[in-house]
Order: sequence, then structure tokens, then C-alpha cells
Amino acid sequence: MATLDDIRQLFFAECEDQLEQLTDGLATLEALPPGETPDPETINTMFRAVHSIKGGAASFALDAITRYAHAFESVLDEVRTGTLPIDAGLTAAFYVAADYLSELVAMGMGGGTPETAALAERIAAIEACSAARAPHAPPAEDDLPSGGLDMLAGFTPLALDFDFGPPEVPGAAADGFVVTFRPTAALFQNGHEPTCLFRELEPLGTLEVEALLDEGVDWDRAAPGIGWRLTLRTGCDESQIREIFEFAEPFAELSIAPLATQEGDEPKPLAALPAPIGTPDCAPDPAPPDPAPPEPSPPEPSPEAERAKAPKATVRVDLELVDDLINMVGELVITQSVMTQSIADHGLAGSTQLSAVLEELRGITRHIQEGVMAIRAQSVKPLFQRMGRIVRETAQIAGKTVRLATVGEDTEVDRNVIERLVDPLTHILRNAIDHGLEDAAGRLAADKDPVGTVTLTAAHRSGRVVIEVSDDGAGVDRAKVLASAIRKGLVPANATPGPAEIDRLLFTPGFSTAASVTSLSGRGVGMDVVNSEIKRLGGRVTIASTPGRGATISISLPLTLAVLDGMVVEVAGQTMVVPISAIVETILPEPSQLSVMAPGMPMLTVRGRAIPVIDLAGIFGFARPVDSRPDGVLMLVETDDGDCCALAIDRIVDQRQVVIKSLESNYGHVPFISAATILGDGRIALILDLEETLHHKASPSAPAVPQPLEVPA
Amino acid sequence: MTAQTVHPATKARELITFAVSGQDFCMDIRPVREIRGWQDVTPLPHAPRDVLGVMNLRGAVVPIIDLSLRLDLGPCRHHPRNVIIIALIEARTIGFLVSSVSNIVTVAPDEIQPMPDMGAPATASLVEGIIPSSGKNLRVLDVAALGAILDPRRSVA
Repeated sequence: MATLDDIRQLFFAECEDQLEQLTDGLATLEALPPGETPDPETINTMFRAVHSIKGGAASFALDAITRYAHAFESVLDEVRTGTLPIDAGLTAAFYVAADYLSELVAMGMGGGTPETAALAERIAAIEACSAARAPHAPPAEDDLPSGGLDMLAGFTPLALDFDFGPPEVPGAAADGFVVTFRPTAALFQNGHEPTCLFRELEPLGTLEVEALLDEGVDWDRAAPGIGWRLTLRTGCDESQIREIFEFAEPFAELSIAPLATQEGDEPKPLAALPAPIGTPDCAPDPAPPDPAPPEPSPPEPSPEAERAKAPKATVRVDLELVDDLINMVGELVITQSVMTQSIADHGLAGSTQLSAVLEELRGITRHIQEGVMAIRAQSVKPLFQRMGRIVRETAQIAGKTVRLATVGEDTEVDRNVIERLVDPLTHILRNAIDHGLEDAAGRLAADKDPVGTVTLTAAHRSGRVVIEVSDDGAGVDRAKVLASAIRKGLVPANATPGPAEIDRLLFTPGFSTAASVTSLSGRGVGMDVVNSEIKRLGGRVTIASTPGRGATISISLPLTLAVLDGMVVEVAGQTMVVPISAIVETILPEPSQLSVMAPGMPMLTVRGRAIPVIDLAGIFGFARPVDSRPDGVLMLVETDDGDCCALAIDRIVDQRQVVIKSLESNYGHVPFISAATILGDGRIALILDLEETLHHKASPSAPAVPQPLEVPA
Repeated sequence: MTAQTVHPATKARELITFAVSGQDFCMDIRPVREIRGWQDVTPLPHAPRDVLGVMNLRGAVVPIIDLSLRLDLGPCRHHPRNVIIIALIEARTIGFLVSSVSNIVTVAPDEIQPMPDMGAPATASLVEGIIPSSGKNLRVLDVAALGAILDPRRSVA
């Protein structure tokens, strides 16, 4: 049995989904051309999302969330019923409300509560959006947008919102309510007693209870054929009534209508009511009481609604479970390679049958691994939505109008990676808005749309995930950047770096161009932190800037943090792994291809191109064993920045998939090494950090590199 | 996992005694996870001299430290009796190479005397106190200080 704490966890997990749906809906509204009526289902989905949050929050006594969601929901309901026309201003207000709601949820998760005054202010702000604060303002029929009636019909609670009820009439501070309550068998199976509920209602005001005995109903011993109409004359509001029915609601049809509006169109709420949706374990009630609706509108979800919701069947799994599984698969990969190796050691590798089986095992292992990795993968959408909030906040503080466009939201990335992308992306976006985009006047002067655009893109590209932040601002002010870097002593005063090198200076530790430290950026740590954080994820950051047109910062990341395709090589008697993605080719150089440009700076000439040679043993400070005779293989590697160099290694051992093991958890950062792995023989091999190695080549202290073709001293 | 930080003054402590290059040391037994025989390690480039390398401990990458080098007693001489004490200190698993492990002793806190001030050599910070007994001076190593050996500032020697 789930504990209350588990359910609470589940509630917050679901809140995230609901908030995502809400933001989705807002994005749809935002994209709508002015004057166009939104799809009713969009509004419905948003309403349902807020409503579910409210319902859940109420059961956990999260008062702030409940109150705010209630206010928000009321306004959304007006939009839904067509009382309140949707426009850009309202969408913006909804964004603010959605952001605040997620703040409240986050606060609630941490056990905190907002200041009462702040909450009241926020509630007042959202309530101010309401068109009709006055009660009893039912919209005139022709005020309804064209889809007004469909909206009600299409509104079918598909989600198992556990207290989802019929539409509420906003601002119904009537002198009473009519509550129609029709239980299903599940209500009784779950031990609810309707009379107890009625007794709870009683203290709220004067209660009249009238039993509705269905005529012409097929009597079925398994299904109750009774309903009640409760007329409550009270000064309290609807939520208090709803609270009483909270736990009974999933098992019954419940409609609460203000007393005044009930008279004219009494059967309507019933007709619009969908069949109750029970929780899965109590649903199989063969014959729920047929409310015999006057209109034969089937309570089945309309196909449109179904498409809009199109819920992917998903399973919520404890992350630890998945991590354990991944670890086990990692061990499987290791064991498989141990097996391959020991079979080879026993001279059995020649057997065709055995090698076929081994090959198959390798294939299956790989499939399992990919499958498990896919479980961990998560779309970047929640991340992008979170960034949307950052953009809105930043734009507001910076006093700029910014539009955020997102591309490739469905791109899936390892969950760990997503979590660790939050901070770097926040920094980049803040920088893009604060420094990249010009203010409205500047944009107009440059003949641009006064509204700046920041685009977040995610895509899979050649086995990596690439996330880009581009703005259509002024681009990097290279003169200013260079001047600032010289002033700070980051580059010598007489240096003449190329444009790309200047752009790259932005990532240098201690660099900042902001004249003053703003609350947004300019502390001179941001981009440097971005760079190191992304590096830690095994990724690279690059920047491309076009003066006057904007800048693009690309983050390229490995698909997963757990496995890597590597080339196993030997360097000075040590076995190492070079990431295969970077290897362009391997060369057994002719002596004529090698030359020494300067002491300790050998060069390799390949097809007319001179490429610096880095001796790995040299930079690791490993002495070659006296008896070693390296094959003198050169491995041409290229980084994402286009940096190219040839690595001198002793020999190539194998090419295989390796499981990445962190060195940092028990030790710390090792220069030129990104991580470790465990080889077939159980020994640890280090994985080369190419980026760091290649950047090292600029350092004059690089040890002398022996000629690869000669017997080393 | 910070069991080593609290030593109630009245409670007897259990210490594991071991030899490092002919001298006797001991440390709190609580962080000790296991004792293993020597196996080849993978050296780490640009590591401090006393960090011998990393070892595969059931899938985890564990750094191995030569305590003898760390205590300025010269490199631990290769011997079949050499063992590695695996300890979990501040969420980090670290292995310490020692010449041999001898015993587990229970001592009352007042048996441990503070180290006499010897002009604070580099290793003094590792020693928490001293237990004088039958002509042998058993030095008590400070577990937290042992863990701090791998602090980032020392990672490049």
C-alpha cells in the first residue's frame, strides 16, 4: 500500500505534467493569429490541468496552491465558456500565472509556503483578468464564440483526475447551491456513505434533500438506482461544498450549480455530464445508473478530444530502479567483453560457431543497453519550458520584449544530462537577452523587429545531441571583447586573434564585458561556468556570431553519460581509450610525412595539410618501458571546433564499447582524462579527454615528442 | 557515512593496527570496508607521487594511496604481505597501501595522547595522537585527514 508520502510524491510528479500541459496550451494560444478563436480543447486542457493541481493540492492541504489554482481556474473557466475573450494581454497574464503556479508547486514540494501578502496580491492580479466578477452573468447566446456549444460537448474529462467535476460557474456567490449527486456502485464499494456526506453539508446552511428515483431504470442489484438533489441555502462558496464531496466525487456524478441559475435550465448540467470515470480498480461496474439524458449526446470522448489528449501510455518508474538496471547492463557489457577475451585467450576464437554466438551475444547486449538508455531518455520539452520562464523573467528585468521560439522539443536526452543543463542554459539565455539582444530602439534603428527572438533548438546530430541558443541580436561586439580581454590581461596587448578566437574569449575564466554588474549577468563567471559544466558532461560549447545578425551558442553533448564507443590503444605500456567519434583516420606515417617545425613540435603532412603531432605518453608524463617497440601509429583526431591533430600512440589494441566510470566520485579530475572504464581483463583503462589534450598543444611547456618511428630511448 | 567524526570521550575506540615501512600505525576501524591483497593499479597521469593509481573494486574506480610515501617513509617496498585497506571516507572510497595489517585493538580515549609538537612536519597533520605501549609507539591516523589527501588542490603535483 502506498504511503501518504508516496501519493504526495506522485501528486508533485503529476503537477509537473499538468504544468507542462498548461504551458503547452499557452504556447498554442500565443501562436494563434490575432482575432482567431482558439481550439476549445486547448482551453479545456489548460483548465483541466489547473483544476487537477487544485484538486490534488487540496487533498494535501497545500492551501496556497489550492487558492491560487482556484482563482486561476475561475478565469480560465470564463475563457472556456466564452465570457472572456482571449487576447495577447490575457495570454501574457496567464503565462505569469502559470509561472507563479509552478513556483508555488515547487515551494510546496519543498514544504514551504509563500508570504500571505504576496499570494493575495497574485490572486488579486489573476482575478483582475476576470471579465465578470459580478455573479450571474451568463453569456448571451450570441456572445459565445462559434465553438461555444461544442466546447461544452467536447469537454470530457479523460484524465483520471481524481476529483474532476463538471464545469463550475464562476463567481457564483449565490445565496445557495443545488447539488445533484448520483453515486455509482463503486462509491459504496469504497465504503462511502452518502448520508454522512449530507450530514457534513448540513452545518453549512439550510439543507433540503430530495431523492431522485429514476423511473424506467433497469434495476440491477449491482448498481444503485438512486440519486439525490440537495438544495443548500448558504453563504459559503462552492469550494467548501466540493471539499466535502472530494473523495466521493470520483465514484459519483456530481453537479453543483448556484441556486439562482438552476431554475431555468435544470436538466442541462446533467446532460452535459459525462459518465463518471472511476479509478481503474473500481471501474468495472457493468451497469452504472443511466441518467437518461434528454439529449442523446454520448458521453464518449469526441475523436477530436481524443486526439488532442492522445495520452501516451507511460509508466512511472523509480529512477533508482532504472539506474540499477543501467549499472547491471554496464556489468553485462563488461562481462561480455571479459568472455570474449577469455575465449580468445583459450584459443577458441577460431571456432566459427562460437564466434557467431559471441557476435550475437554482443548484438543483444548492445540492444539491451540501448533500450535501457532509452528508458532514461527524456524529451527536452520540460527543460525548454523551464527556460521559457527564465526568458520571460529575464526579459522583464532587462526591459526588453523577447520572443522565445523552440525547435525540436521532442528530442530525447539522458535525464541526468537534462538536469545538468538547467544552469548552463540559464546562463546562456540570460546573456543572450541581456547582452545579445539590443533594446527596442536599437533594434528599430537596425531595421529589425522591435521584439527580439531567442531560439532554442535541440536535435540529434551524428550520435550526439546538439542544443543551440541563437538570438537575432547584435552579435558579439568583437572590438569590445578584445579590448576587455586585453585590459584584464587575458590576452597579450599585441595579440591579433581571429574573429572566432575573440568569440571564444567569452568562455575564458574571469571574462566579462558588462560595464556594470547587473542582476542578470555580468559577474564575469557565467560563460566560463557554462563551459566547464558542459565539459563535465562530456560536451563542448561553441559560439558562432555574425555582427549585426546575432549569435548562436551550440552545446554538443554525448547521447548518454554511460557508454562510449572507443578505440582501445596502448600508450607507453598503459592501455587507454580514445573516443571513436573524434577519430578521423589512423595512419602509419612515412618518414617523409613527418617534420619538426620547432623543437618539440613535430608535424605530420597529410594530403598537403600540416597537422601537429601530440605524443600521448609525453603529455601524460609516462615513460616508455625500455623494451617497448611502438608501431608508431598516428591517430588523426578532430574535435567539434574543427581542431585537428595527430596523436602518437604505441599501438591500437581493439575497438569496443566501453562503460564510462567516473573518476571524480572517488578521486577527482585527472588532467587530459575524462573518465575511466573497466576492460575485459578487469583492469581500469583511462579515457582520453580530447578537448583538453588538444588545447594543451598550445602550451609551450609540452614535453619533447619522440619520433614515433624510431625506437624510443 | 561520517561515522568517524564523533568520538565520544568516554567510549572505547576500536582501532585497526598496521605497519607502514616498519613503523606502527592505527586508525579508526569504522570507515574501513575491507582489506584486499595487492593487485595491479592503473597509474594516473600527473597524480601526486603517493597516489599510485586506480583499481577496479567490483566496478568502482578506487584510487590507491601509498601510505608509506604519504608519511614520508619512502615508497612501500613490494612484498606479498602488502595489503590495501579500503575505507569509505566522506562518501569517497579510497584504498591505502600498507605493509601489513596486524590487529584490532580497543583503547580507552585517555590512552591516546596528543602528538608531541615536533616542529610540525608535513605528516603531522595526519596523526591524531599516539598510544605509547610496551616500547612501541602506535600512532593514530586521523581518518578525516586521510580523506583530505585527495583534495583537489593536491591533485596536480
